[in-house]
Amino acid sequence: MTSTVLSHSRRKSAIARFFSSFCGYKKHLALTLMFLPVLVYFIVFKYVPMSGVIIAFKNYKISRGIFGSAWCGLDNFTKAFATPTFVRSVQNTLIISSLKLLFGFPAPIILALMLNEVTHAPFKKTVQTISYLPHFLSWVVLAGMFQQLLSPNNGAVNAVLRDVFGVKDSIYFLGDNHYFRGTLIMTDIWKNVGWSSILYLATITSIDPALYEAATVDGATRWQCTRYITVPSLVSTIVVMLILNVGSIMDAGFDQVLNLYNSAVYQTGDIIDTYVYRYGLGDMKYSLATAVGLFKNVIAFVLVVGTNLIARRISGEGIW
Amino acid sequence: MTQKKFTFGRAVIYLLLVLLCATIVIAFWHLMNLSLSPSHIATRGGLLLYPREATLDNYARVIGNRYIWLGYKNTLIRTCIGTVLQLFFTAMGAYVLSKRFFPHRTFWTLFIVFTMFFSGGLIPNYLLVKNLGLLDTYASMILPGFISAYNLVIMRNFFQSLPEEIEESCLIDGAGRFRIFLQFILPLSKPILATVALWLVVGHWNSWFDVLIYISDDTKFTLQIVLRRIIITGSKEILDTSAAANAAEMESVVSSEGLKAACIFVTTFPILCAYPFVQKFFVKGIMIGSLKG
Repeated sequence: MTSTVLSHSRRKSAIARFFSSFCGYKKHLALTLMFLPVLVYFIVFKYVPMSGVIIAFKNYKISRGIFGSAWCGLDNFTKAFATPTFVRSVQNTLIISSLKLLFGFPAPIILALMLNEVTHAPFKKTVQTISYLPHFLSWVVLAGMFQQLLSPNNGAVNAVLRDVFGVKDSIYFLGDNHYFRGTLIMTDIWKNVGWSSILYLATITSIDPALYEAATVDGATRWQCTRYITVPSLVSTIVVMLILNVGSIMDAGFDQVLNLYNSAVYQTGDIIDTYVYRYGLGDMKYSLATAVGLFKNVIAFVLVVGTNLIARRISGEGIW
Repeated sequence: MTQKKFTFGRAVIYLLLVLLCATIVIAFWHLMNLSLSPSHIATRGGLLLYPREATLDNYARVIGNRYIWLGYKNTLIRTCIGTVLQLFFTAMGAYVLSKRFFPHRTFWTLFIVFTMFFSGGLIPNYLLVKNLGLLDTYASMILPGFISAYNLVIMRNFFQSLPEEIEESCLIDGAGRFRIFLQFILPLSKPILATVALWLVVGHWNSWFDVLIYISDDTKFTLQIVLRRIIITGSKEILDTSAAANAAEMESVVSSEGLKAACIFVTTFPILCAYPFVQKFFVKGIMIGSLKG
């Protein structure tokens, strides 16, 4: 008897507290008004499109609008999975992402370790300045550059391969299914290796110099210092970055692929995002493209949140 | 110290670093020489290590083109208006959420952060912009990505580190929260504002996909899209509108390779110029971004 009364009053106070918490908006009216435009933006441009994903479960007709179109259950999803080009785009996404992880992930770490060995400060600064540059150019610009440099007819790269390395047949890097993925990986590394190394370099500079001094007094070589001091100090950063990278495995680089690919390399280069773009906005298959996009976004969401939780547990920090 | 002046290992490291930089520098250098070359040199191909028979014909043709100038105008419009408005409203939202006493602060923060991890996807976003009647307007280049949750969280973290006591004394003196934000918080936050502003500027300058899907009026094309039209879709008509009649004659004067290279340089010129000076701010920015939330 007493316990029910107690829990009742407790519940009542919880409800009262819930309502009284809204009084805070009136109390801090200026702040509430300042927050309003931001809130409106997120509702209109982020949450309204989220509710728009219902057309993935409808047979969307422009004339009938989002809410007037007929429901069709999971038809769009079954249709997508029955399409070989869609299944291919999922495979390509996973393959390209994994290759980028395998080769693109260690590259900035190696670069940071190499830069750490450079004792000549102006040289180090020059290397850093130059290697960060491609990060600031869009994939439109870089695609333009690579089209010219990698051209099979008169591109500079093929000319160098022929004249310096004696490669007889010129390689069609952007139009040959054997080379396209490799080209994606290489150009991605070329663009981002310098920029991504900043984080590792910063971690290296925060290592206590006394460790190196003690090691050199004990007769350690530079290589031993790197192997037993620098690399172990980097491990937590590396693990966190690796986990976060795994979380974004559904993103194989839309900007890059859309600007570099062409119909000759759809077989190895078409990823989920480019598939959605071509079928959704190109062929106006709104419902199908929304379904495919939703499929990708849900998996990506689970991966990102899951990997973030793991990264948090390991290092005590995530990206939010 | 036992720092040896020269070892084999160190030589290899220097060599590899030089090679990495060489691929970047030579790529740009080659492209610049290409843009200065007449067509018979450019079509012959190969690596151009110095300009042969240098000519400015390519640049004359690119600079004489109306779409390049329209592109510059439109890019400047979206960059200036977008950066200023976005910076202001992001800071305002971040300021509110930095106040621990703001009701349901954790909920609102999560409400915003959630949009970083989940979105409706391409088609619902496109339909929204279309239904709002924003197709073919400058608003479609600015509004859909108006406030970045990431920037907002970073700013919020910075504001939280500012002392609340001074604000309270301002409040006692009769200043409202909005005035405190304008006259006290913003001036104190110059470093973070500058960092985020730089991110926004580069983002707008390089942004192309929104224009590709939302804009079909070619007088509103930004530089990136003009460049994309010329280079990737390979459509030269955008450059040939004035010269359709004597296209053959033009072809003999300027090569399309050289022309494309010149376009690349004309569009990236401001970035290449500003880059050496602002680079260090970006490096500082990445460290701000990696601070704990």
